[in-house]
Amino acid sequence: MAILITQQTRVIVQGMSGRIGSFHAADMIKYGTNVVGGVTPGRGGETHLGLPLFNTVREAVAATGAEASLVFVPPPFAADAIMEAADAGIKTAVCVTDGIPSQDMMKLKRFLRRYPAERKMRLIGPNCAGIISPGQGFMGIMPPHIYQAGRIGIIGRSGTLGYEAASQFKALGLGVSTSVGIGGDPINGSSFRDILELFEADPETDAVMMIGEIGGPQEAEAAIYARDHMKKPVVAYIAGLSAPKGRKMGHAGAIVSAFGESAQEKVVLLEAAGITVAPNPSSMGETMARLLASRAMGAVA
Amino acid sequence: MDIHEYQAKEILSRFGVPVPRGGLAYSPEQAGYRARELGGSAWVVKAQIHSGGRGAAGGVKLCRTPDEVQAFAGTLFGRQLVTKQTDAKGKGVYRVWVEAASEIAQELYLGFVLDRQSERIMIVASAHGGMEIEDLAESDPNSLRRMTIDPAVGLSEFQARELAFQLGLKGGQVAQMVSTLRACYRAYRDLDAVMVEINPLVITGTGDLVALDAKMSFDTNALFRRPEIAELRDRSQEDPRESTAGDHGLSYVGLDGDIGCIINGAGLAMATMDMIKLAGGEPANFLDIGGGASPERVVRAFRTVLADGNVSVILVNIFAGINRCDWVAEGVVQAYREVGLTIPVVVRLAGTNVDEGRAIIAGSGLPLISADTLAEAASAAVAARPRKAA
Repeated sequence: MAILITQQTRVIVQGMSGRIGSFHAADMIKYGTNVVGGVTPGRGGETHLGLPLFNTVREAVAATGAEASLVFVPPPFAADAIMEAADAGIKTAVCVTDGIPSQDMMKLKRFLRRYPAERKMRLIGPNCAGIISPGQGFMGIMPPHIYQAGRIGIIGRSGTLGYEAASQFKALGLGVSTSVGIGGDPINGSSFRDILELFEADPETDAVMMIGEIGGPQEAEAAIYARDHMKKPVVAYIAGLSAPKGRKMGHAGAIVSAFGESAQEKVVLLEAAGITVAPNPSSMGETMARLLASRAMGAVA
Repeated sequence: MDIHEYQAKEILSRFGVPVPRGGLAYSPEQAGYRARELGGSAWVVKAQIHSGGRGAAGGVKLCRTPDEVQAFAGTLFGRQLVTKQTDAKGKGVYRVWVEAASEIAQELYLGFVLDRQSERIMIVASAHGGMEIEDLAESDPNSLRRMTIDPAVGLSEFQARELAFQLGLKGGQVAQMVSTLRACYRAYRDLDAVMVEINPLVITGTGDLVALDAKMSFDTNALFRRPEIAELRDRSQEDPRESTAGDHGLSYVGLDGDIGCIINGAGLAMATMDMIKLAGGEPANFLDIGGGASPERVVRAFRTVLADGNVSVILVNIFAGINRCDWVAEGVVQAYREVGLTIPVVVRLAGTNVDEGRAIIAGSGLPLISADTLAEAASAAVAARPRKAA
């Protein structure tokens, strides 16, 4: 079943006719993702990549029954585009855009709360690589061939580190149910905890790889959730052990500004919650393989 | 993006925060003139740099005569002021703020920050200001009051009033505090700030509130709609390597080691630095080439990394999604030829167009060291460092 995206999920792309939107939408279609159309205000009625374009998300949803939207809209307009998707009844929006002002995100998160739980949209990102359920479909900018289909869930802030984990898994013959990039911004749509909850409930996921980094409280929150509510094992890696305090490391959110936000402190919090922490970024695959092997042994004994 | 104290005071005063009278000087003579212009019998002379801890570093002084103002300003201009928040090089003083001295009965702390837990603007306040918030949080954590603001409603008057009473303010001070809090909030919201700090906010001898110091920092992602803030950028306060790199779409942070890093993605860049450390080396920098990097941008990345004289080996680690390995490989080859590289370069490519990329590296005939995995790349880079003569 995977989470968030399957073969059946009907996907639209907001900003599909743009240069970057076109390139990645074509890749998604080639992979077999069920892309049903695109939205570019002012270009409704045209056809692009063999699919219909719409002026508004509402029209796209009405005509195609789209449930998911990938947002490839430049930073000044991205929050507005995400709100449009939420209001049109989209269930899952994935936003790749890097550089959305933080107050736009603050307002957007407040806006999403206006909908009752059953029709509240889930936002993944922004500033993320997207989501992929290998062999079924993807929404984002990742190279899909590095993912082998399987039963491990991946959640990461960083896109490229998520690729690194997936390729280490593949080299060891381990596959992925779904990989979710939650993005590197200080305010994001879904937290580690939100996605852990989905993987815990997914019958096709056996274990979760969580890839965090310095800055912010979300890894600590996820650790407590995993300790109190999860049966499935979690392996974590935290990037930035060598990052100096108070300096922003590329991601807007990757800055140590409070207690518990350094990589060292996060590792301590995660281990205290019973999570296995990979000691370095090259050992994410091995650590997961060892953990799965020891669980299998335990089950036999 | 940070701005100077005097600029923050100007902005906050426009929104209704009471600030002392003062004037800016670009020379010692001008500083003396400002003191005479302001009148009175005591002035505070403050070096304008983008850093806290200026007082302890000798950048602030209370002066009793305009001549003293001029003399002290004379010691500041052109000086590199090293505070506990700057690096060892410090920050250059090119502007000095001269202000009418205020009589201080009590010092409060007031800060507005982006709280990532609640995803809202949060006010942090204390009746015991004057020291750095980090020290305050350690020495007197119970004095800190926190309050979050609903973005749909803004800071309500009752919240501001509650906070004023919690801080022990009395009489007319309560109304002054309410209007100060609301002014700071409006400035934060309307100008896309990420931090507003008044430390100290003082109660003067006459019982009035005045912002004795002020700091503001802004969301760089929002500068496109705040041209008046973007204009306040002061490049003299930035690390020139970092700002030049930023101009070319590269995210660069200079560090102390000797292994230069050229990587795509912030997470992978941090992880590669961690891996270098584990392999026994020290990274010279953090560098993210960003998405869709052209060969030209890769060449620029090489030049940026090589501008650091400590670099003795370069590690290129690319896991391409939105990037293309062939473009990066072309960039590496081009950089090697154009820059005239003499130090070893380790290249690890993976992801989009990896075969094309590896073919370009292999076919270049250049002495590039190839690695397949992150671990191999890090050990190869550490091993390739020239041995230092003992």
